[in-house]
Amino acid sequence: MKRTALGWALGAAAICASVALTIGIVRAQDAEKEIERYRAMISDPMSNPGFLAVDRGEALWSEKRGTKNVSLESCDLGLGAGKLEGAYAQLPRYFVDADRVMDLEQRLLWCMQNVQGFDTKDVVARRFSGPGRASDMEDLVAFIANKSSGMKIDLPLKHPKELEMAAVGEALFYRRGGVMDFSCATCHADEGKRIRLQGLPNFSKPGKQPQETMGSWPTYRVSQGALRTMQHRLWDCFRQQRWPVPEYGSDAITALTVFLNKQAMGGEINVPSIKR
Amino acid sequence: MKQTSTIAALLLAGAAALTLASSAGAQTAQPAVKPDPALVEKYVKATFGKAPPEWQARIEPDETLKVCNQYRNEPPSAEADKIVKRELAKVVFPADGKLIGDWKEGAKIANNGRGGQFSDDEKTVSGGNCYACHQMEAAELSFGTLGPSLTNYGKDRKYDPDEVKQAFTKIYDSQAVVACSNMPRFGANKVLTEKQIIDLVAFLFDPQSPVNK
Repeated sequence: MKRTALGWALGAAAICASVALTIGIVRAQDAEKEIERYRAMISDPMSNPGFLAVDRGEALWSEKRGTKNVSLESCDLGLGAGKLEGAYAQLPRYFVDADRVMDLEQRLLWCMQNVQGFDTKDVVARRFSGPGRASDMEDLVAFIANKSSGMKIDLPLKHPKELEMAAVGEALFYRRGGVMDFSCATCHADEGKRIRLQGLPNFSKPGKQPQETMGSWPTYRVSQGALRTMQHRLWDCFRQQRWPVPEYGSDAITALTVFLNKQAMGGEINVPSIKR
Repeated sequence: MKQTSTIAALLLAGAAALTLASSAGAQTAQPAVKPDPALVEKYVKATFGKAPPEWQARIEPDETLKVCNQYRNEPPSAEADKIVKRELAKVVFPADGKLIGDWKEGAKIANNGRGGQFSDDEKTVSGGNCYACHQMEAAELSFGTLGPSLTNYGKDRKYDPDEVKQAFTKIYDSQAVVACSNMPRFGANKVLTEKQIIDLVAFLFDPQSPVNK
């Protein structure tokens, strides 16, 4: 029975693909609609492989590691030790113990080092998964962020360092550079623009577009066959911007994330999502 | 509102302590929230400071980009004039005066989006990636809209030699035409060679080019 269903699905996919091919001569607007249709087709949560990362992350969260041989369950993600529900919705935020504003990934690394006494070198080396290389960070982020699903993005933005991050993040958003003179704003500060056929969300003002974007990360990227976090998304943005490789879990990335989440305040989180 | 003014107060205090007249003169055109440039650079260093020096140099804003960043690409006219003058001085026209190359090669360059990324091999030849932002030949459906449509570019301009020169200038250094243009300065930043640029001009201006069909 299962096989029949699978055969059906494959057949349907083949039909969709051939339909997509035969309409190759239609206008660009129609092509855009086709892309929308494809997006709707893949965004079925029941078949989202991103939830496998959630399960792996759950196991990692309670695994005893490091010189102290303890799990991450006593890690404070901002709402108290071990409290996961809603924590991601309020990150990045200022942490007194570290005297820094941190996003989820920076905070997890801090907890590994300080709570578990765990050497993070290998974890950082595997920050982005690849063929045959799982990423603890991607899995943990999927698990923890999922605990904020259905909640709204709600950055504290009270501590002076959080406000500094938001302001610097905004300045970085508009800072041009690289051989192409690109900033984030080159592509993401206007309405209804696209690169080739890819629509570009406008992050220059608060509202629906930043909300929908920031509320849908982490996401499972079909094209990469991997669960990706905002750290990876911004790393990839800087690659396309022709900027140098950004350091993982560093301040400019966090500042941009604070700024983007500030624009996305009130947006509902539904993660892991699934994207092209 | 309250939050904005708090941030502004905080940051202006910081800016006043660390910088002098440089930011004060431009106050009126500034957004309410503007951190001290030295603080922003500290963040840039934290994130990109381990990159190879030649890569870090690429994100060091030159005189022109400093102004564009400061005014978010909308400089006052006096500043804009200075930029256009400065950038125009960077444009090197072909020694033989020939501005129109091979449109077939130009078509390939317009379609090629490779080069300049940290994931690229250093030997990768950069493309112009024109279709990322512009509509060009009508048959190509996959075009971006960040820039204006260039379909029928040469035909619409009656293949006017002055327009050819203007197009060469624009591709070589967009800011020699429009201060703080979003378009890359392909020649001035050495993304494209002179040969590649005249091939792109040909793609726009050759009557045989599909752009004009």
